Amino acid sequence: MVATLDENVTRRDFIHIAALAFGGVGAAAALWPLLDQMNPDASTLSLASIDLDLTPIEPGQAVTVVWRGKPVFVRNRTPEEIEKAKAVQVAELKDPTAQVMDAPEMPATDENRTKPGKEQWLVMVGICTHLGCIPKGQQTGDTRGDFGGWFCPCHGSHYDTAGRVRKGPAPTNLAIPPYTFETDTKIKIG
Amino acid sequence: MSHPSTYEPKTGLTRWLDSRLPLMRFLNDTIVTFPTPRNLSYLWTFGGILAFCLAVQIVTGIVLAMHYAATTGDAFSSIEHMMRDVNYGWLIRYTHAVGASMFFLAVYIHMFRGLYYGSYKAPREVIWMLGVIILFLMIATAFMGYSLVWGQMSFWAVTVITNLFSSLDGLIPGLGTSIVQWVWGGFAVDNATLNRLFSLHYLFPFIIAGVVALHIWALHIPGNNNPTGVDVSEKLKEKETLPFHPYYTVKDVFAIGVFAILFAYIIFYAPNYLGHADNYVEANPLQTPPHIVPEWYFLPFYAILRAVPSKLGGVIAMVGAIIVLFFIPWLDTSRVRSTRYRPLYKPFFFFFLFTCIALGYLGAKPAEGWYVIASQFFTFYYFAHFLIVMPVVGIIETPKPRPKSIAESIFNERRDPSSPRLVPAE
Repeated sequence: MVATLDENVTRRDFIHIAALAFGGVGAAAALWPLLDQMNPDASTLSLASIDLDLTPIEPGQAVTVVWRGKPVFVRNRTPEEIEKAKAVQVAELKDPTAQVMDAPEMPATDENRTKPGKEQWLVMVGICTHLGCIPKGQQTGDTRGDFGGWFCPCHGSHYDTAGRVRKGPAPTNLAIPPYTFETDTKIKIG
Repeated sequence: MSHPSTYEPKTGLTRWLDSRLPLMRFLNDTIVTFPTPRNLSYLWTFGGILAFCLAVQIVTGIVLAMHYAATTGDAFSSIEHMMRDVNYGWLIRYTHAVGASMFFLAVYIHMFRGLYYGSYKAPREVIWMLGVIILFLMIATAFMGYSLVWGQMSFWAVTVITNLFSSLDGLIPGLGTSIVQWVWGGFAVDNATLNRLFSLHYLFPFIIAGVVALHIWALHIPGNNNPTGVDVSEKLKEKETLPFHPYYTVKDVFAIGVFAILFAYIIFYAPNYLGHADNYVEANPLQTPPHIVPEWYFLPFYAILRAVPSKLGGVIAMVGAIIVLFFIPWLDTSRVRSTRYRPLYKPFFFFFLFTCIALGYLGAKPAEGWYVIASQFFTFYYFAHFLIVMPVVGIIETPKPRPKSIAESIFNERRDPSSPRLVPAE
């Protein structure tokens, strides 16, 4: 292909385009810090993990701890609750994925939502996946919804004993945060 | 119809200024001699009332900011400090809080007036669209202001509304979550969030004031619409219009006075009537109140959000309920402005008004049982009114005969048969 010069294109046009592009990139670069300053800052990120001692939590009891400013539900489930959660087929769930933060695509079986050998412990971010309310069910006497787990009072989402959404507007199961068992009775969340 | 300037500087100083900065000429042409149709009803005073509301909110807001602490530890107690310790703090805060409600009351009346009389139609489309932008900014400002109280309703309103962005995860996984964390400046609504809401709540009213200036500028090009929807005729302009001052300045001030009586009644006798008791409980991130309800002026939009059984769909419908307003000038196919002469459209208009009130009622109810079904029905009509009724009725309707001029309508509507009939000039 032979390069041809359109007579209407002048060096001045090139300078205009080049100057505009240079200025545009510069303006975008200057804008970025103004936008990025709103993202979570270093002090917020540094609070990203907590330790929790599980010894005082009896079977059937639950505690709520704060991780990254969010409530985390830790429940010591009774054998009946575990049985109930295991009996559910993944195909009948509204959200069939486990919603484990590190590997969200696993099927939402009770095994995938707990740690092997520690299946009485259910650790979840206690924030309704609909619009962010805190579901009821942590305290004794709370209503636990139609499936014996948690119930969100804001818009009526029901969660089962594995924290999976069964009814209501919530689109996904309650999220499982990254956590590890440091010892048999101590977990590190985050 | 922007009218020729009639300003004549009378003193040496004003002549000197006029050739350098024609400020006096501008004010004279826009608020003194501006020709205004003489048949405007009291529904046309809400522009002035809204200017008053904006001024009240800005003045009281600047004063309140002198006593407010935008940190999660101090915000709630600084509000109580205003209420108890600051001289007249209770009055200023109640005026600001009630003022938000009065602002929305006035803006909704103003909008329904525009809808009824076709004030959005050519050549006034830009005025209407600027008005929709102002509405959008008002919603954002009111929402952010409400959050600053840092009570339970404040906190959970911020949580629920900012979580609306997370519905974008349904489109691109992770997108919504990233946006929500960017808005929050953290992993939950917290100090960083409160601080930025305060900063923006202080900024937005001034943006509103700027867009209001454009709104009024755009109004001064074609001039006011009027209850007949008929243009001011060039021939009869002298008979059909009055100078803005003193006729409409006085009328507007009188209307503001009447409006202020209602305003003052609520401030002094029922300052918390329009609020929620839960907002006198300090924000608690670990406990959601059993029943979250927005302020009354957001209820119709909240009802639309909840009427759609999908998270992303609900958000789209709620935002769409405002976006659709931008297109009204083109969705309405009728060439007749005023609904007064539109027999087929008139019942639809009033049913639409009823729909908005019904959605407001349903937004305050729990989302269960027949409330959901009713919300879905009225949400459907809300959109159908704009997207189906307005285009179709405009085409199939036979309008009633309109007066040939404003002058004709004024003189023929008089009951007294002996009053002179106006004969149009040759």
